[in-house]
Order: sequence, then C-alpha cells, then structure tokens
Amino acid sequence: MSKYRVSGRGRIDTSRPVSFTFDGKRIKGAKGDTVASALLANGIHLMGRSFKYHRPRGAVAAGSEEPNALIGTRRGPGRFEPNTRATVQEIWEGLETNSQNKFPSLKFDVGAVNDAAYMMFSAGFYYKTFMWPRSFWDKVYEPFIRAAAGLGVSPKEEDPDTYASRNAFCDVLVIGSGPAGLAAARAAAVEGLKVVLVDENAEAGGTLLSEPQAVIDGKPAWDWLSSELAALKAAGVKIMTRTTAIAYYHQNLIGLVEKLSDHLEVLPQDTPRERLWRMRAKQVVLAQGALEKPLVFHGNDRPGVMLAGSAQTYLNRYGVLVGTSPAVVTSHDSAWFSAFDLADAGAKVQAIVDTRSEIRQELLDGAKSRGIRVLAGYTATGTEGRLRVKSVRVNPMQSGKVGAPETISCDALLMSGGWTPSLHLFSHTQGKLAWDDDRTTFLPDYTPEDCVIAGAGRGLWGIAAALADGAEKGQQAVEALGRSAIAAVPAVKNDRTGTGVSHKELPTDLSPGKAKAFVDYQNDVTAKDLRLAVREGMKSIEHVKRYTTNGMATDQGKMSNINGLNIASDALGRKQPQVGLTTFRPPYTPTTFGAFAGYHRGGHFEVTRKTRIDSWAAENGAVFEPVSQWRRAWYFPKAGETMDQAVARECAATRSSVGIFDASTLGKIEVVGPDAVEFMNRMYTNPWTKLGVNRCRYGLLLGDDGFIRDDGVIGRMGQDKFHVTTTTGGAARVLNMMEDYLQTEWPDLNVWLTSTTEQWSTIALNGPNAAKLLAPLVEGVELTEEAFPHMSCVECTVAGMPARLFRVSFTGEIGFEVNVPAPMGRQLWETLWKAGEQYGITAYGTETMHVLRAEKGYIIVGQDTDGTVTPDDAGMAWAIGKAKPDFVGKRGLARPDLTAKGRKQLVGLLTEDGSKLEEGAQIVFDPAQPVPMKMVGHVTSSYDTGTTGRPIALALVEGGHDRMGETVHIPMPDRTIAAKITGTVFYDPENAKLKI
Amino acid sequence: MLLIHCPYCGETLPEVEFAYAGEAHIARPENPSAVSDEEWAEYLFMRDNVKGVHYERWRHLHGCGRFFNAARNTITDKFLTTYEAGAPRPALDTLTEGGK
Repeated sequence: MSKYRVSGRGRIDTSRPVSFTFDGKRIKGAKGDTVASALLANGIHLMGRSFKYHRPRGAVAAGSEEPNALIGTRRGPGRFEPNTRATVQEIWEGLETNSQNKFPSLKFDVGAVNDAAYMMFSAGFYYKTFMWPRSFWDKVYEPFIRAAAGLGVSPKEEDPDTYASRNAFCDVLVIGSGPAGLAAARAAAVEGLKVVLVDENAEAGGTLLSEPQAVIDGKPAWDWLSSELAALKAAGVKIMTRTTAIAYYHQNLIGLVEKLSDHLEVLPQDTPRERLWRMRAKQVVLAQGALEKPLVFHGNDRPGVMLAGSAQTYLNRYGVLVGTSPAVVTSHDSAWFSAFDLADAGAKVQAIVDTRSEIRQELLDGAKSRGIRVLAGYTATGTEGRLRVKSVRVNPMQSGKVGAPETISCDALLMSGGWTPSLHLFSHTQGKLAWDDDRTTFLPDYTPEDCVIAGAGRGLWGIAAALADGAEKGQQAVEALGRSAIAAVPAVKNDRTGTGVSHKELPTDLSPGKAKAFVDYQNDVTAKDLRLAVREGMKSIEHVKRYTTNGMATDQGKMSNINGLNIASDALGRKQPQVGLTTFRPPYTPTTFGAFAGYHRGGHFEVTRKTRIDSWAAENGAVFEPVSQWRRAWYFPKAGETMDQAVARECAATRSSVGIFDASTLGKIEVVGPDAVEFMNRMYTNPWTKLGVNRCRYGLLLGDDGFIRDDGVIGRMGQDKFHVTTTTGGAARVLNMMEDYLQTEWPDLNVWLTSTTEQWSTIALNGPNAAKLLAPLVEGVELTEEAFPHMSCVECTVAGMPARLFRVSFTGEIGFEVNVPAPMGRQLWETLWKAGEQYGITAYGTETMHVLRAEKGYIIVGQDTDGTVTPDDAGMAWAIGKAKPDFVGKRGLARPDLTAKGRKQLVGLLTEDGSKLEEGAQIVFDPAQPVPMKMVGHVTSSYDTGTTGRPIALALVEGGHDRMGETVHIPMPDRTIAAKITGTVFYDPENAKLKI
Repeated sequence: MLLIHCPYCGETLPEVEFAYAGEAHIARPENPSAVSDEEWAEYLFMRDNVKGVHYERWRHLHGCGRFFNAARNTITDKFLTTYEAGAPRPALDTLTEGGK
C-alpha cells in the first residue's frame, strides 16, 4: 500500500483491489474509490491541463463541484465520455481513463506556452487581441484558438447505450442525504406519505461520510447513519443514490438523473445507462448543503492545492492522505478540523496559516497538542512547484500592511475561504436570495414553489444544527400536506461548528498585475481579469460574467460565483446585493444528451406516419420524402433511372395515359350539422350556399389578416355535410383554427368538426384514361361528362368498397380521387393497378405531382405562398365570395396595405437561356445596379423535368401581374440569369384536357 | 412543466396536454366591415405584454379539445384560475395564486 493510503480509514474496501488505467498507466485502487481518490492514493495530483493556459491542474474538490480534474472515460467502442469529473467517476476493473487538453503528454504540454503568453488571453481577448488584421481571423487566429483551447473531445461513434425516462409522483421529495436531508426524510416518513430521498453520491450520508468523529444519539456517526437508513427504508422511504436533481421546473417538477451502470464492471443486460425521472412532488425539501470556497491568491491552482474540506473527505471517506506534509491556508474554522484529521492520520502538518488574527482557543489548543505551527494574521502570496505544489509563500499582515515573506515547504496545500450555500436548485424556482453581510454570502429568501430549504443550504453549520433544521423542515412539509408529524432531534457530540471571514483576493506584496490568482478554474479566469473587465466598462455582473467567462464553465460557477462577485463588487465600489448574482441555470451538473433524449432517438426520434399504401410503395422501390411527419413516396425509379428520369417518365405517362397516386395524407375534416353551410360560408372565402349536394369546389382559407392559410377541394356530401380537404401539413392547424372560431366566436352555430384524415385512404387517378380505367369498377354513378362532370362528388361503391368518389384534378388531366375506409386502401390500390395494366398505369410520387400541378399554375400553400400572400397576389381573386357579408379574412383584405400597388404577385418565369432556376433565388429588375441590389421577389417553384419541353418556374414578383412579358434577372454566384414574366399556366390553358 | 386545470374536464393535468392560444377576452368585431382600419388593426395585432396577472386562452388540445380562459401570473407562472370560454373576466381581488 502506498504511503498515501491510510489503513483503517475510509469507507473503501481494501480487500477488493480494483485496477484501471490513466493515460495508459495501470493504477491500483480499491472498491469504493473514485478515479480521483485512487490517483491521490498513488500520489498523483496532476490530472489535467487547464482550458486556456494549459496550466497543470489536479483535483481541487472531492465531489461533483470539481472544476479541474476532468477526464475521458472509455468502455469499448462508442462508450467514451469526455469531461467526466474524476472526483465522481467510481473505478471498476478495466476502466480506461485519460487526461485531456494536453499535447504531447500531460507532464510536457506544448500548449502551456499560452501560460507565458497570458497577456494575449486576458479578459475579453476574443474581442481585442485577435481583431487585426481581419483576414487573419479565419485562417490563423480561430484555428489556433480552437485547437489550443477546450476540454475533452466529442465521441464520434454512435452511443450503444440506452437511456430511459419515467414520470413519477411523490408527496415529499428530499434532495440531499446529509444530516439535514436524513432528518427531513425521517420527519416526513409519516404513514401514507410517499417520500423520496435522492443523493448524487454513490452512497447516502453527505457530510456524515466525511465526519466519522461525530456521535449521534450515542452512536458513532457511521453506525447511526446505517441504522437511520435502515429505519428510513423500513418506513417506506425510497432512497435513490447516484441520482442528481439536475433541475427544478415549474410546480415542483424535478428532473432527476439516475446513473445506473457507469460504476459497474460488467454491464447488466437490458439495463439503461441512465434514467431521467420527471418527479412531481407535492413538497420539496432542498438539503443540498454548502460548497467550500477557494481562497484567491497567486498560484492557487497548482496541483496539490485543494479545498480543506475535500482533503478531509479524501481521508475519512476514501482513506487517502492528499499529502504527508500538508500546509493549510484558511479564513474559516473548518479547515482547522481538516488539519487535525490529517495530523491524526499521520500527516506532518507544516502550518496552519489563518488570515484572521483572533483564533478560538479550542482550535489553538488542538493545533498545539498536535504540534502544528500556527500563523495567525497571515496571507498567502504564492506557491511553487512545477507539476505539484512544493511550497507556499506566506506573509504576516499588520495594520493593513503585508510584511516580509516566508516560504513553507509542503506537498499539499489545503485552503478554505468559507462555505457557500448550494443555491442552484433554489434559484431554478425563481427563488429570491437575500444577502447576509455577516457571512458574506447569499441565503435563500422567498420562492414561489412549494419548497423549503434546510441545513447548510441556508447557512447553518454543524451536524446538530442540520439535523434539527432538517427535522423541522420535514415536519413543515408534512404539515403543508395537512398531516401532522412529530420529529425527534437526535443529540450530537463531537460536532464541528465554526465561523470565518470572507475575502476578495488575499492581500499580497507582489505586483497584482502579475498575479495569477484564479477565481474560475475551469475557464481560467483570474481576479485580474475581473478587475480588468470592470476597468474596461463592464458595469453589470452579467456583462462581467460574459466578458471574462467567469462562472460560465460546465461547473456553473459552483466555486467561482461568490468569489467573482466579491471581487467585482470591490472593483465596482458597490455592495454585493447591489451588484447581484448571475442566474444559475439547469442542469445542476453536466448531463448527458442521452438522458435528455431518452427513448427519442433513431427511428423513435419523431413519429413517422405511414399510409395504408406505404407498404406497396416500399415493395415497389419508391424513394420516400418526409412531409410533416408523413413518409410519402417521392418517386418510383425503375432500375438504373435517376430521379429526373423517373419523374419525366411518370409525368409523361400520366399526361398520355393514366397515373396513380397515393393522396391519403391529404388532411380531411368532416363538417356536419344544421349550420354547416353557414359555418363554411364564414370560414372559407368562397360561397357555399348555392353549391349543390354532390358537387365540390376549391376552397380558400384565409386568416383574419387576409393572407392565405390553406386550401383544398371541399365536397358537399349532403345538405348539412361537407367533406373538407386540407394540405397535408395544414390538417391539424386548420382544424384548430376552425375549432377556435366555432367554440369562441360562433358558439351559437350547431356544427360538429371531426378529423377524418386517417379514416380514409385516398387514391388519385389522373390522365386521359382515368375514367376508362375506373368506370367499370364504379357502382352508383356513371363516369360520363353529363352524369359526373368535373368537380362532382358522390358516395358510391368502387370495386365493391364503400367509397366517396371525387372528380377533381390537381394535374390538369381527367382526375378522380377515390376515398375508401382506410384499411381498404391497399386492396383498392392493387385492384386499380391490375385494372390499369392495359393502359400502362404508372405510379407517381410527390415530385411528379408537384411538376404536373406547377405546369397548370396550381399553387402549393406554404411553397408558393409564405403567409404574406393574398388571394389576389396569388391570382385567385375569383375564389372570393364578394357578396358574402363576412368571412374570415374579408375585412383583412380591405386593409390599405393589402390593396396597395406594388405587392408581390405570383407569376410564371421562363428563362431566356432555357436553364432551370433555383427555388428561393432572389429576383432583381436591374442586374447592373450596385450591390446590395434591390430584391423584388423570389422563385417559389422550379422544375425542368416536366412535359412542356422546357424548365418552368413560379415566382413572387413586385407588381408581377402588370409586368407580363417583362424580363427580370436572377443573380447567381457565377452568373445572372434573365427570365421572362409569364402567366402561371404553362399547360393546356383552355382546360380542354379535363373533359372526358 | 405547468399543471393546468381544465374547467371542462374538471381535472388538473400536465401542460403537454394543452396548447397556448394567446390573450383572452379579445372578441372579433360583430360586423368587421363596419369597423375602421385602426379598430381592425387593434383587434388583429395589438396585444398586452403583461407583467403580472395575464388573462389568456388555452386549449385542452390532447384532451377534451375545448378552448378555455385562464388568469396566470407571468412573473411566478402560477395560475390564479381557469374558467370556461365566454364566462366574464374574474375580478382580480377574488383570486389567489394556486386557486382552482
């Protein structure tokens, strides 16, 4: 065993050795160790390089607040995680870990040149140093900064793990299982109440794990802890360890991330790596304790410089001495106890350096009895040691003057600047904080949530105080639920309480301009940077934060925020509460994307809606495209065909004989009721009163602002029944809009609206042979021009299936849309396919549909319109029922801007050189004008594979309707294309082809 | 995630079942053609941006489908009450946070 491992100390199981690798080197630890504790047990403090200056860094803490010791962890292909905190990762046999942000090695790193060039990297360096010359930014500065700065490397392989998520409910949720949390859970464990206690650590106990000397109810702390946990379990409390409360959302919804397998040597079968719990709690007790603050002085980031409380944790929880000859620098009593623990475990504590000149007698006696030298009223002004601290420079302070320095040798330096309540989750609730001048910290004040905060989280120190407060707060939570609880408060002996003072930077005799006194370790922000930011005009703490990046690293400023605030407040000459704290945001600790994504990945990322005919399309080689969650057949290539060739063939076959198209995704809404026709008159622009039963009409839907929202063919199936179709993507939106007007503006109308999109399979047949193909299969209506003219609809039987048959055309050819009950869709498709073989029936997809409709100038809402297009702009003023007293959008159309000259209007474009335009390309009138040119419109639709023998395009152009025949220009990166403005109908303008 | 009381279902349910639908108590003019351009623009576009109690509409989209009204404090995000569409705006002094 190494000299740093203390036998008989800690909660690790030294009878179960565990080895893992760090940068390829085999490291021996024991069951229960974290990567950090095992490395420290082997005398290794150097664990990484810093973000900006590449300074050597070691663990400064022992828990999830660790800013420095970030490592990569690996477990086979795909199971690599960067930026894992070595202080949290438990070791298991075979775990591979590596240090980060170094080249070529951790001990010798080229990037450390940044440290010498620190002048270039001071606060706001992004905005200053690298600004000139401009051309250097892309090619020199940015690549250099990107390569040099940063944390771990993102994994590139797909993550093979699974992540689960669950909703859960409880009466009382207690966050944190230290003394306050344990007491709160015990008080809340009333018959019939569901109580959950969560803790981010591998085992419950919090501070008690680091303070075994305490005696609670006559038992040693750890014995009391075991019996208390057993009692909680017996009382039905659910205890969840390795579970971090990452965020506090509205109305007591807490996000909990439970880590299930990162600590296991053998991955269990079918177990997720992590589980995200959405826990809705009636009452929440926050018992997250407090975090120790570093002291801010030159060289406070050297490996071996560590928080005193963390050193105590390494000793008592992991049986590790962080040094055999440590020194202590503190402004708080608590570090004295840490020093005593280390001394009692065999360390030769070199000195306790306290910034205060008055020290409690009890502490002085403790030091004296252990032979520890005490330097009271001293400041720390530097450290030495390249890869690990080897000495600390201290100076006496007398009446505000810093005296002559003295150097104290040490192999570790324990520091404490006092404690800060962990207020992150409290802040997530929009909780208000109150400044406590005595403790120089913020304490929780008011929160709108049903939540209380207990123990060190509200500034109470010591186990006895935490237990008493926890019990009281647990009781309070129970009483808020209308129940009563009696909480006994256990008696505590050997408790450690104390006080301290708070500092900005420690006083120094050295030039403050050269001091590297770190405030934010992870983002390499020094006290000097904060002062510089204030000098350069940053007055708000939010600006100081962003200018310096203080508190913006993955540790969310757990260590740096209060020190940063104290320094900024001093520089600004304003008290801390006037300067204010920046906002803590979720998550509390870095959280995997997997935990957030949960089951929603791969094929489950989003719903894929498929029609009943989708399987036929898949079997017949369709290429698909997503259309608002639907998977639609895009085109059906034959062997060796490109997309253009396939689409050209599908277009030609439809125009010359017959094409078949799956239109099932069209939105469908059944509008039924005695007032159905009145409702339709008010919703759509068109007049509906005179539309006969079994007739249909193209309907145009506007918003009350007068702009086109949706369109579709609407059939009157009965006097009081309309079959409304909408665009594929607009179905839900249109139904919502209809419901809105019906429920809130016209509740007097007797109308029912039902979404029937998925009740019908819809097949479109188009082409000169469509009627010939379909007629023999139809019972109940003759498919002749007289009996069933264009824009007719009827309930009939098609191939023996009950059907709603529409004679409509979105291609310009004779067209039918057959609706049958959805499950019959494929059967009908195959029947039509067989019947169509004699006509060379051709299946076409959405691309051909787009080309054929564009050739006829039929718009697609959302492609040829963009939410600012009126019916007149789109050339569809004919669809407006001008005689109607009102419809949605009628008043909007009369707004001055909507009737003004020069609106962008839909026109056709034919390029002079016969090339195809790009959709979205901008249009100008004068190509010779200087850049930036005045843009007068854009191309909305463009195709070159159709049947007109040349590329065609639709475009919105300023005043386009009055510019027929004029030439416009479309500037592209390599050339400018000239195009002539035409009408929007490129094919069969007389509609001769629609006739049977 | 908010918990919202649907006045039609009589149940308090998670926000994912609901869709926000803008400010409440904005009635479409009885006879739009009779109002001036200014009045029409006021109806179409002008909305309050309240810091405090806001009267707003929600739809129980994935439930009963009904639109209803709510009074919500935009600072605390707490609902003071929800009530049926068409019901009068409840007086502020009758409301307390978290009330049903």
